[in-house]
Amino acid sequence: MKKTGADIFVESLRHEGVKTVFGLPGGVVLKIFDVLCQQKDIELVLTRHEQGAAHMAEGYAKATGEPGVVLVTSGPGMTNIVTGLADAYMDSVPLVAFTGQVSTNLIGNDAFQEADNVGISRPCTKHNVLVKDVNELAQTIKEAFYIAMSGRPGPVLVDIPKDVSTEKAEFRYPDKINLRGYNPTISGNKHQIKQAAEEIMKAKKPMIYVGGGAVFSDAADEIRELAEMTQIPVTMTLMGLGSFPGTHPLALGMLGMHGGYWTNMAMHYSDLLIAVGARFDDRVTGKLSEFCPEARVVHIDIDPTSIKKTFHAHIPIVGDVKAVLRQMNVMLRAMDGNVSEVKALRAPWLKQIGEWKKAHPLTYKQDSKITKPQFVIERLFELTKHNAIVATDVGQHQMFAAQYFKGTKPRTWLTSGGLGTMGFGFPAALGAQKAFPEKLVLCITSEGSFQMNLQEMATAVEHKLPVKIVLLNNGFHGMVRQWQDLFYEGRYSASYLGKLPDFVKLAEAYNILGLRAEKPGEVESVLKEGLKHKGPVLMDIYTDPYENCYPMIPAGGAHHEMMLEDPPELTQAKKGGSHKRKVDEGEGVLPA
Amino acid sequence: MEHIISVLVENKFGVLARVAGLFSARGYNIESLSVAPTLDPTTSMITIVTAGDDRIIEQIMKQLNKVVEVLKVVDLTETDFLDRETALIKVHTKPEHRDEAIRIADIFRAKIVDSSPTTYTIEITGDVDKVEALINLLRPLGIRELIRTGRIAIARENTRTTSPRREPALFKT
Repeated sequence: MKKTGADIFVESLRHEGVKTVFGLPGGVVLKIFDVLCQQKDIELVLTRHEQGAAHMAEGYAKATGEPGVVLVTSGPGMTNIVTGLADAYMDSVPLVAFTGQVSTNLIGNDAFQEADNVGISRPCTKHNVLVKDVNELAQTIKEAFYIAMSGRPGPVLVDIPKDVSTEKAEFRYPDKINLRGYNPTISGNKHQIKQAAEEIMKAKKPMIYVGGGAVFSDAADEIRELAEMTQIPVTMTLMGLGSFPGTHPLALGMLGMHGGYWTNMAMHYSDLLIAVGARFDDRVTGKLSEFCPEARVVHIDIDPTSIKKTFHAHIPIVGDVKAVLRQMNVMLRAMDGNVSEVKALRAPWLKQIGEWKKAHPLTYKQDSKITKPQFVIERLFELTKHNAIVATDVGQHQMFAAQYFKGTKPRTWLTSGGLGTMGFGFPAALGAQKAFPEKLVLCITSEGSFQMNLQEMATAVEHKLPVKIVLLNNGFHGMVRQWQDLFYEGRYSASYLGKLPDFVKLAEAYNILGLRAEKPGEVESVLKEGLKHKGPVLMDIYTDPYENCYPMIPAGGAHHEMMLEDPPELTQAKKGGSHKRKVDEGEGVLPA
Repeated sequence: MEHIISVLVENKFGVLARVAGLFSARGYNIESLSVAPTLDPTTSMITIVTAGDDRIIEQIMKQLNKVVEVLKVVDLTETDFLDRETALIKVHTKPEHRDEAIRIADIFRAKIVDSSPTTYTIEITGDVDKVEALINLLRPLGIRELIRTGRIAIARENTRTTSPRREPALFKT
């Protein structure tokens, strides 16, 4: 029997096991939405903005490891998801985005709500296709899901013209993909892996540096086995957090621009770097010419373009991280035999790192007047223990969360790393909550980021998504303010957010519980009450507007040249009030 | 250093844009580009002349391979290869230069494919040195218009015994 394109679309999604679609309707996708509302297998989450849909799908995909699915209309519907696509492309998130397109006979005519969806999305998708014939729709959808999920995952866009969704074709879901130019390498080269294993056995100061690839590849067990067997400390990138327990004795936390002092020192003085699904981003490496100057480099990645892109690799291994580490662990087990020997070999190195950590641990001073953001994160971590999924936005609060929220499981840390998208956190938290309705999902955000997608509070209420929003309200684009303090003599150009809404009232307007902690003494009770609440909550927590995030490698600096605290002139300026501080000029940083 | 890269792709729309977009997005240079279907009408061959150090060329090869519709990438510069380019050169000829233009064309075995009282259009096919040499000789006569196809290239088959041919670096099979 022949089916319409819209029916084929829904049937195909069913075959792919899709349960949830995030989207927003419009003229050219009405037929698809009409079919969607007449079935029960696939649930549509109606978002209030298409950007919200894209980030929710990202949150869903990051938390589950399954592809996130987006359905939006042509023109503005599509352009509104571009940020989400670019974010997913940077962070290798498997998304399949379906966009409506004007009818094929109108394409190129500047028709109403027409945009060159394929052209616009080309540089920010792994692959994209305009479906011109309804007979090709099912095959295209199958391939879109395959491409999004295989190799280095990424977003795929399928553009469906209106007439393709209404015309009819014979439907049979294809069982084969037909992509002769696409064949990701999974298992690594044995010879290379053996070489790496030999280097590992003789290295005195090795480091494992884990990126987001390890999370998508589900390699947490393999990493743990490797680290424990060979006694090698593990550092994680912002994207890699959770792939190794943050509380493990061998865990060194995050590295890079706001990484721990001990972590970055260990990187700098290491003699062997084992990069696992990481891509040597500039926020990680700092000054490339002085990055890990003494280290031999083993680089394992499924994407050949990541290897030797910015940094050299002595032993490149192309393959799936999990598969390669399994191969490597087998070899190491066979070579090893004597665990105590390895332990003895590594002992001085681990001792040295311990000394660095003792000398300069993460630190802040909580007083009775104003809440420090670190304090909130630390309390939140203590109160939720290891059972929360955490989504963050972008900025200071994100770095504090990365430093102080020591996640232990992969896929429980959802953040925008590569693109650094403010507004990502809240919808991503909702997407994760949709996938796991029973789990505790936190959104750690700030007043700047939250205002970029706050409209999704309506989605949270409609779909009963009890996300706990912890809003660190410092009245500034905090990271911008920090850089202005450090590098622009404290001139706060456009970083001050003076006219803030009353977030408690705002939450209440959406029928969400709003709580506020103005003083440090109120933080504990607000967090406890918020976490206990059954529905969504917004906790507006006033934090120190002038707290800076340390350690910090200034842009272009090397790993051993960290700033550990405010430079003396800044401390002086803060004390003496010579600093340009709006808060002192009568405007007040926090809402009255 | 200059490299000639052959990129075998699916003959579908949008593929050229993806390949070209990859170069512009990453700041790689395209000196010339030519595209046409191959013997198999479902595939096209894109020949790209580009330049860069080893690291950049390695990235270009990898990035090209990453494109879903790219079937095979070969850096011909690493093999023994033939390259050809065609140019159409419209020469403005004063009466006293008309013989000279014909003589120059003859020397290069170029063809005069169009003639008017004040112009000759000369067609030349050859490797890049030959084409450029002809252009340089015609320049003093006055070139009104110059169109070049960009280079196409193909690996040589191994017929000589003196220089054993290296296998082209195939990235995808």
